[in-house]
Amino acid sequence: MARIVGIDLGTTNSLVAYMKDGQPCIIPDRHGRTMVPSVVAVTDNGLIVGDSAKEHLTRNPERTVYSVKRFMGKGLADVQNELAYFPYSLTETDGVIRIRLGQKSYSPPQISAMILKELKLRAEAYLGESITKAVITVPAYFNDSQRQATKDAGLIAGLEVLRIINEPTAASLAYGLQKNTQGTIAVYDFGGGTLDISILKLKDGIFEVLATNGDTHLGGDDVDRVLVDLFIAEIREREGIDLSGYPDHIQAVRLEAERAKIRLSDELKTDIAIELPEDKGCFTRELTRDQFESLATSVIERTLTPCRMAIKDAGLTTKDIDEVVLVGGSTRMPLVRQRVEALFGKPPHCHLNPDEVVALGAAVQADILSGGTTDMLLLDVTPLSLGIETMGGVMSSLIRRNTTIPASAKEMFTTYVDGQTGVDIHILQGERELVKDNRSLARFRLKVPPLPAGVPRIEVTFLIDANGILNVTATDMRTGQSQSIEVKPSYGLSDQEVERMIEDSFKFAAEDIGARKLIEARLDAESLFKTTDKSLAEAGHLVAREETEAIRTALSQLSTAKDGTDPRAIRGRMAELEQAAKHLNTVMLDDSLKKGLQGKKVSEVS
Amino acid sequence: MVRTMPILLMDNDQPSSHSDPRRQLQMARSMCWHCQSEVTGEYFCERCVKVQPVSKETDYFTCLGFPRRLTLDVQKLEARFYELSRTFHPDFYQRKSTAEQTISLSNAAVLNTAYRTLRDPIQRAEYLLALETGSVKNIRTSPPADLFEEILELQDTLEEYRASDHGSDQGHRLRTTLLTEQEALERRKEELESQLRRLFADWDKLQDAGETTSSARAERDKILKQMRDLLSHRTYVNNIVSDLAATIA
Repeated sequence: MARIVGIDLGTTNSLVAYMKDGQPCIIPDRHGRTMVPSVVAVTDNGLIVGDSAKEHLTRNPERTVYSVKRFMGKGLADVQNELAYFPYSLTETDGVIRIRLGQKSYSPPQISAMILKELKLRAEAYLGESITKAVITVPAYFNDSQRQATKDAGLIAGLEVLRIINEPTAASLAYGLQKNTQGTIAVYDFGGGTLDISILKLKDGIFEVLATNGDTHLGGDDVDRVLVDLFIAEIREREGIDLSGYPDHIQAVRLEAERAKIRLSDELKTDIAIELPEDKGCFTRELTRDQFESLATSVIERTLTPCRMAIKDAGLTTKDIDEVVLVGGSTRMPLVRQRVEALFGKPPHCHLNPDEVVALGAAVQADILSGGTTDMLLLDVTPLSLGIETMGGVMSSLIRRNTTIPASAKEMFTTYVDGQTGVDIHILQGERELVKDNRSLARFRLKVPPLPAGVPRIEVTFLIDANGILNVTATDMRTGQSQSIEVKPSYGLSDQEVERMIEDSFKFAAEDIGARKLIEARLDAESLFKTTDKSLAEAGHLVAREETEAIRTALSQLSTAKDGTDPRAIRGRMAELEQAAKHLNTVMLDDSLKKGLQGKKVSEVS
Repeated sequence: MVRTMPILLMDNDQPSSHSDPRRQLQMARSMCWHCQSEVTGEYFCERCVKVQPVSKETDYFTCLGFPRRLTLDVQKLEARFYELSRTFHPDFYQRKSTAEQTISLSNAAVLNTAYRTLRDPIQRAEYLLALETGSVKNIRTSPPADLFEEILELQDTLEEYRASDHGSDQGHRLRTTLLTEQEALERRKEELESQLRRLFADWDKLQDAGETTSSARAERDKILKQMRDLLSHRTYVNNIVSDLAATIA
């Protein structure tokens, strides 16, 4: 069977992992970096993703997307109160947010697909084989639309998504594999944009989720925002500058806020420096950990309510929890650790790298699916109750939250008017009584043969599969015929639209590869330029003058080519420079060897 | 527009009635869907080793391999559930045919429902009652007769409390009354549950004896009737208690 990789598609960073000799490993890039920043920039030379895109956050804020995961499976109304924080422009078509970048609009699954493609290429380069299958993680508290959007992203990226797995449970797999723990554990997963809590029972290789809860709109981003709001207000007061007209500077403030937050996990105070627009100098201030924590505490307190609810739903008390595992970069904040410890009454485990453990767990699940690991089995639950609209705008629950998946429920429908040929069904997800307070998932029309009222009997099966995604089928009980149902998602791309996006992604792939080649060539040229320049300075006197001249010429030609947009020209100039500097490098090597040998006896050398 | 109108002809968690057309499908069950040979194995065709769908006629006790008793070893039930999860879970059918994947998915869903139902003593009893009496309707909740007056009064107090200023003296007074009521109802619930447990034991004893005399049949019907009433009261009291707890929380 073709290899299946495990992918953590994060709000801030994404990772890809695979199983090697029974152990999950993160796949690094050429420079050994394990994380791909979940940032996509549209430049004049095409799309770029990851570290190089991150540079565009301040240079090109209107055309650089970050935290796209917050928009997956959402409509514009869902994110209305945070639009001001994003420098790019958001609109909505057919219930799906669209992000306008330059001339084109992209749906969140398309942007996510670009990140997935980057990870796919990374894995292919590292493993030397084509990668077409993946397990992708999502927050446990993601609803059906958000899961479907993630699956769509995989399809658009050219990946068959064999399983959508919940992040905290993925983490528990990696954790359980390493520690061989038995008992009840709580996984507290606080990432860049989402919070999850899952309570699991680990016994004889079975990982049974007892309850899960969370908030898909609560993460490190929200902590950053508290600081951003503070700095922007202070800049307005002290410097008289309103930054709202400067999206690039707002991004600089956001990035500085994020860095300060990270520094304050290790330090007790830190200096903030933010460059002001129009050469008005620099805004500086000191921020102590105490000040930071008093600002962040309201956000962190909000994470504890879902924890309490999950414990209650599991039918347990905090005393029953044997171990607490921390996952997600935001759990590095000392205040988070303190609050979690206080809630559970025991110090949490944090010996696993909280940035990597989810991707590692995804690789373990991928190995289970490919038949490699056979002793472990994850039994997860659906995080939200599933139901349908009934008379009076009330939701009638069919599958309760925290039901082990796969889960199914059957409901019999009939008509109440003679000759009625259809019944409209509205599917919902959520915990509230009224339809309007829950999430609309989809609508469909059940076809019914025209018969007297009450005679037709159509049985509809609602099945939540192991991905936590709903499938609906219907059977006419009189004839035994099953009917296909065309479900119209309330917040999602239609099948046709996904299909078109897959085609588009192939069309743009050539363009994207061009952009990537250019960036890589530039990076390589940069590094060659630096090392040769250094060699010339250190050892130029050891070679003939004509040689140093030739090297200087090649250097300046490479420098010119690097500013151009033709990767082949850059590679050509690089080859010329390498050729010109070949002798110099040999001479340098000999020289250093000679120096190393000086003062040593012959007997010591051989 | 025609509004959604689900009609509960049949409850999800309960066995199908005799008029159910699916009953005619039972014949197909004994034959392997793949090689058409007779299936003698429990979950797999012994000839072609393909997973077989759990018959829609299989009740949850049979599904998990437990007799129809109301006292059961929860540890053993869990072990059996884990074992069957390893047999049916879709994770282990990723490399199999689409037909096998579909069977695994629906079997796993049935298994999960079966375990959830039998794990909880109350749900287990409600399910057994439905199986034994062939009733397909949900058990209607009703208050114990002697509690009727008390509950009416409680409803009034609840309304009054909801409308009151919780910080006021009146609010405090009502809250104290409700807390006392809550304790009393909790005690009542426990009392009903212990009566149920005694009845469960009676049922199991009668089943173990396996007698088919007319007096045994009468005894059986009496137990089932009592069980239905007790379950109905217990659910009613339980709902009131949760409502109370939510209001004064």
